[in-house]
Amino acid sequence: MTTRIVELRRGILKKNDALAAALRQRFTSAGVLVLNLVSSPGTGKTAFLERTLRDLRSRGARAAALVGDLETDNDARRLAASGAPVRQINTHGICHLDAEMVTKHLEGWEGVSLAALDYLFIENVGNLVCPSSYDLGERIRVALLSVTEGEDKPLKYPGLFNSSDAAVITKIDLVDPCGFDRELALKNVNEIRPGIRIFETSAKTGAGMEDWITYLTEQAQPS
Amino acid sequence: MHELSIATSIVETVTESAAAYPGARVIEVRLRLGALASVVEDSLQFCWELASEGSPIAGALLVINKLPVIVHCDPCDADSEIEGVQSFRCPRCGELATGLRQGRELEIESIELDEPETGARGNDTPDPAEKQI
Repeated sequence: MTTRIVELRRGILKKNDALAAALRQRFTSAGVLVLNLVSSPGTGKTAFLERTLRDLRSRGARAAALVGDLETDNDARRLAASGAPVRQINTHGICHLDAEMVTKHLEGWEGVSLAALDYLFIENVGNLVCPSSYDLGERIRVALLSVTEGEDKPLKYPGLFNSSDAAVITKIDLVDPCGFDRELALKNVNEIRPGIRIFETSAKTGAGMEDWITYLTEQAQPS
Repeated sequence: MHELSIATSIVETVTESAAAYPGARVIEVRLRLGALASVVEDSLQFCWELASEGSPIAGALLVINKLPVIVHCDPCDADSEIEGVQSFRCPRCGELATGLRQGRELEIESIELDEPETGARGNDTPDPAEKQI
């Protein structure tokens, strides 16, 4: 027997990366801004997205959402109350969304054409680890953390925060009851992803939403 | 817990690549895994056994080469390795570094094959990327 070493230099998730690249191309040519929202379960992604969809729609923007969960269509039903088209993706046990699931759920989505949208939000499965490895073709990856989770989330999950383009701190109305150290949280996000845009919001009171919506509007402008 | 999906992808890719070498047995698969790749090494090793079992590459050893984070500092115009993944500061000047040069790698670097002596590969032209040892 002889031994041979074959250099492969191949991305492990190359199939996902290729599908994501195709999606990105589609999103770009359709002129739709796509965001991938990632956080732990319970951060308030759905409440934040509900508010975002409502605020965008009240300004005449066309927004839709794909929402990932292991089971149930509870979130899709909640989000649909905003009036925006919403489709649920059930992963049945898989802890993250991948580009194939997104591709499949864009097909046959009644009444939705990418070219007729300004924004498409993809709410990932609640998980701060696995979604960071899977590109969904989004232009902006948003990492969310809530004040109830503590200031050190970015330090505990650097993989996600470092690969994100924007960070959102949710439930900012609970800063006082939780004794949340805002400055420390902002510093921690910045240590992991220097220079990242950070938004401090409350879906309940509407605090910080204005800045967030302005950011979305700016990002949606064709460059 | 996406290590099983990752292990399954590795098995698929390696099986496809090894098919070009009939009669050869894959004895080792070497990965490059960045410190920010969000993959747990122990968990991946555990899933590797499950994913490769019963496949053409069953029994192959998974060797994981962990790569530290390398940041790029604009003011210093230099790339530097940082310790850990808790602070993305340039070790030269102490400022936050916005560029990332290494750390997200999730790739199969190479595979090692045991193959029968001469003739078994027919008239295949050897790939320039290969080296015999």
